[in-house]
Amino acid sequence: MEYEAVIGLEVHVQLKTQSKMFCGCATAFGAEPNTLVCPVCLGYPGVLPVMNEEAVRKTILSGLMLGCEIARFSKWDRKNYFYPDMPKNYQISQYDLPLCIGGAVAIPGKKLGITRIHLEEDVAKSFHYETTSGVDFNRAGTPLMEIVSEPDMRTTEEAFAYLTALKEVLIGGGVSDCDMEKGQLRCDANVSVRPVGQKAFGEKIEIKNMNSISGVRRALAYEIQRQIAAAKRGEKMVQETRRWDDEAGVTSVMRTKEHAHDYRYFPEPDLMPVVVSEAWLAEIRSAVPELPEAKRKRFVEQYGLPEYDAEVLVADAAVAAYYEQAAAGSKNPKAISNWVMTELLGKFADNKIAPLQLAELVAAIDGGQISGKMAKDVFAEMFATGKGATVIIKEKGLVQVSDAGALEVLAEQAIAANPKSVADYRAGNASAINFLKGQVMKLSKGKANPQLVGEILARKLQA
Amino acid sequence: MSLHTLTVCQLRDKIRTGEVSSREATQSLLNRIASVDGKVKAYNWLNADNALAQADAAKKGGVLAGVPVAIKDVINVDGQPCTCASKILQGYVAPYDATVIRKLREAGAILVGRTNMDEFAMGSSTENSSWGTTCNPWDLTRIPGGSSGGSAAAVAADEAFAALGSDTGGSIRQPAALCGCVGLKPTYGRVSRYGLVAFASSLDQIGSFTKDVRDAALLLSVISGHDPMDSTSVPRPVPDYVAALERGVKGLRIGLPKEYFIPGMDREVEAAVRAAIAKLVSLGAEVVEISLPHTDYAVAVYYLIATAEASANLARFDGVRYGARVKGEDVIDTYGKTRGSGFGPEVKRRIILGTYALSAGYYDAYYLRAQKVRTLIRQDFEKAFAKCDVIVTPTTPEVAFKAGEKSGDPLKMYLSDIFTISVNLAGNCGVSIPCGFAHKLPIGLQIIGKAFDEETVLRTAYAYEQATAWHKERPVL
Amino acid sequence: MPEDKGQFDVAYVAHLARLQLTDAEMTQFSSQLQNILSYVTKLNELDVSNVEPTAHAVPLTNVLRKDEARPSIDRERVLANAPETARDLFIMPKIVE
Repeated sequence: MEYEAVIGLEVHVQLKTQSKMFCGCATAFGAEPNTLVCPVCLGYPGVLPVMNEEAVRKTILSGLMLGCEIARFSKWDRKNYFYPDMPKNYQISQYDLPLCIGGAVAIPGKKLGITRIHLEEDVAKSFHYETTSGVDFNRAGTPLMEIVSEPDMRTTEEAFAYLTALKEVLIGGGVSDCDMEKGQLRCDANVSVRPVGQKAFGEKIEIKNMNSISGVRRALAYEIQRQIAAAKRGEKMVQETRRWDDEAGVTSVMRTKEHAHDYRYFPEPDLMPVVVSEAWLAEIRSAVPELPEAKRKRFVEQYGLPEYDAEVLVADAAVAAYYEQAAAGSKNPKAISNWVMTELLGKFADNKIAPLQLAELVAAIDGGQISGKMAKDVFAEMFATGKGATVIIKEKGLVQVSDAGALEVLAEQAIAANPKSVADYRAGNASAINFLKGQVMKLSKGKANPQLVGEILARKLQA
Repeated sequence: MSLHTLTVCQLRDKIRTGEVSSREATQSLLNRIASVDGKVKAYNWLNADNALAQADAAKKGGVLAGVPVAIKDVINVDGQPCTCASKILQGYVAPYDATVIRKLREAGAILVGRTNMDEFAMGSSTENSSWGTTCNPWDLTRIPGGSSGGSAAAVAADEAFAALGSDTGGSIRQPAALCGCVGLKPTYGRVSRYGLVAFASSLDQIGSFTKDVRDAALLLSVISGHDPMDSTSVPRPVPDYVAALERGVKGLRIGLPKEYFIPGMDREVEAAVRAAIAKLVSLGAEVVEISLPHTDYAVAVYYLIATAEASANLARFDGVRYGARVKGEDVIDTYGKTRGSGFGPEVKRRIILGTYALSAGYYDAYYLRAQKVRTLIRQDFEKAFAKCDVIVTPTTPEVAFKAGEKSGDPLKMYLSDIFTISVNLAGNCGVSIPCGFAHKLPIGLQIIGKAFDEETVLRTAYAYEQATAWHKERPVL
Repeated sequence: MPEDKGQFDVAYVAHLARLQLTDAEMTQFSSQLQNILSYVTKLNELDVSNVEPTAHAVPLTNVLRKDEARPSIDRERVLANAPETARDLFIMPKIVE
């Protein structure tokens, strides 16, 4: 029997804010332990939470980018469970009335549904020693958005594509940096398998502790195989939570259904509901950036780029913006794309070239003032110094020789000095002309217009 | 006349004119505490040396410049312990000021010490305290009421000029009634809760104990106002409560809820309350009969909502970040031991009740239903206040009972809060003022107002107080 | 509201609330809470099918603060309150789930 997997993902994303969700402590990664704390985020007796407006706004923005319905009335709840990383031993979260409902993440050829997005507070970070554990509350209270998907994924690849596309949208919108290494994006999965063709879902198993994208991939691949093998043996799955062990490459039971938490959700009395007015929604909507999918399509249409170029350029919002500024000042957007992709990607952060200067460089090549080879040198200097293309060309005296009379003299010299190549060419070896061309370039100290040299040589050799 | 018998306004005026220094007043108060607190046991912690230093440094010109104020041991004061009368907070030193404390400091008040209470404000007798029971200054064998029993007893015994307390279901008004002082519970949202250790977040409110109504008005104008640190604090301007006192009660409509004059009530208490109403009528007020039909459900609603909220609020006491810890074999065992031995029986009982009311399968039946009946109780008050300006009732059905008399029967104890609980459920304001004696023990008159209408409540109380002398009675200690 | 009074499982609820109780407490609480629970069944007398629940005593919405970072509290002060610390962390017996 053939089996297929059914995968749903719960993604936690730390929002990019200056301060925590319910207090004014700064959000930062890598600070000295317990230095970004206050009575509120330490859960001291008597403290009260106050909502961070920007966190609410970024969650709504995420919802708009992902096509969710934004709840006009949304509220806060307490989720009760004891754990040392939880300062109050309850987490302020949203239970039955989250900020965003529905929506989807587009991957190539498919839309993967989103169930809901809600806002909550992150927990502290624990360190484990031989007999004790230590807790650092710096992270406690960081705004955390939970995005719950529909069980729409059928393969590990689809889950990977979902995460990649989701990250792209959230980074593009400035909502989060989504760096998994820093714990800014964390992912749990619900996995089940069923015979192909069966409608009903199998018993779902929750997988936790996948700390990298590759971890997610490996954990899902492992878990799907494990469940299929079990199904083939005729074993029934029982609802449970399993932990991914990245080193061992296996999942193991964390808790069974009988030990599932009884979270005792109830409305948070210390926080008032959020009501999203038409005006507020319109204001946030105006900040929704163009989604990567739409932008790729536009790049192909507007700049006549191949799909590949569009995809590479759009992958990084800053690169895409740079490209657009450069292309706007150029008659050759494809050439701009080539320069950006081959010369700028990977060292974009150090780039000193203004977008319009790149357009000027391309124009200098297209206008025949400098050769492609010269252009590489000019580019290197532009990159390092930020000087303009024309300035550098002038300074270096790099003007290409396109004077046909001068080039004819050099061509005669080359032909006279290399009778063997001339003979080869005339005998039908067309590539022999390249050697002669190289000789002319050498005689011109690299300044000859290579295209023109080729034309002159061809004419003379045919004579 | 000894300085410690003065009211806040009297003392403040004497300090202002230079007749008395803050140090003299503070020293007089400390002497009084030294001589009587051995019997009353109102204080958990005294700030003696520091109080005198504060007095010397007291800011001139503040509304309370140089006046010592006692604080219920449930409100955080930077650098002071805050035990909530619980073993579980042993060793805890507050690293921050509650908003009301900041406001008191800004007004120039001296923070003289911390008063006893029922553990985590859970109780009606101050018997549930890890520090031991506070005694009623009128009869040391009786309870002072609770949960703010220490604050009430301290003011009644002239061991404090004024004190702050907290009221979740009557914890200011009931002890004020039983000790014979003025206890004001402001409207929910009027005074910031930031820094008040939460019992039931949707019901808790900080208020004052004073020797008379003028002092209550003065303190309210100091501690109330919008606080950006408390999301439930209401952004409304603070009126001049003292100025509003003099307006009298002519034409004021006083609502008498028929459900509050019940059979089984102490007849002397009822008689005193009826006499007080007659006095208000003689001053020009009118009486209207009203009905609060869901009164009988208030105790049940209260004990489900308050305990459910408390079960979450008290989860943070786990021995990780502060307080006492009893080490166990692992984390769960450590939690269980720490909390099992750190909390007293009443707190544990309520945490269990609240946890149960929220647990899977019971939420709708208990918690949600209680929240719905809470709506009905709130609507009762809205309808009643369409017909009247204030509602007048007894604060308690009986006077102070003997220590130990009800401690074996929690339900009986809960039912003694029957007249005060609805006000918290509805979120309104209320005050208890002395209105006589039964069996030589003080009786409290409760005046309930519309939300944010403390002015009318206080002026009614003031008119009555001006026409009577009950508030001048003092216990002999 | 559940009428089956035999179902109140103090041990389960005490564990949820992380309260270790003595046997005597277990027995005492069980009967006292049973008593209270049967008292609160009086709420069943009311028809609340069309009543909205009250979660807050005041009708405020959108109480928000600007996203501005403020200085944190001195670490020594908060660590001083902790029963056990090391390496500037709050220490607990080893956490294993």
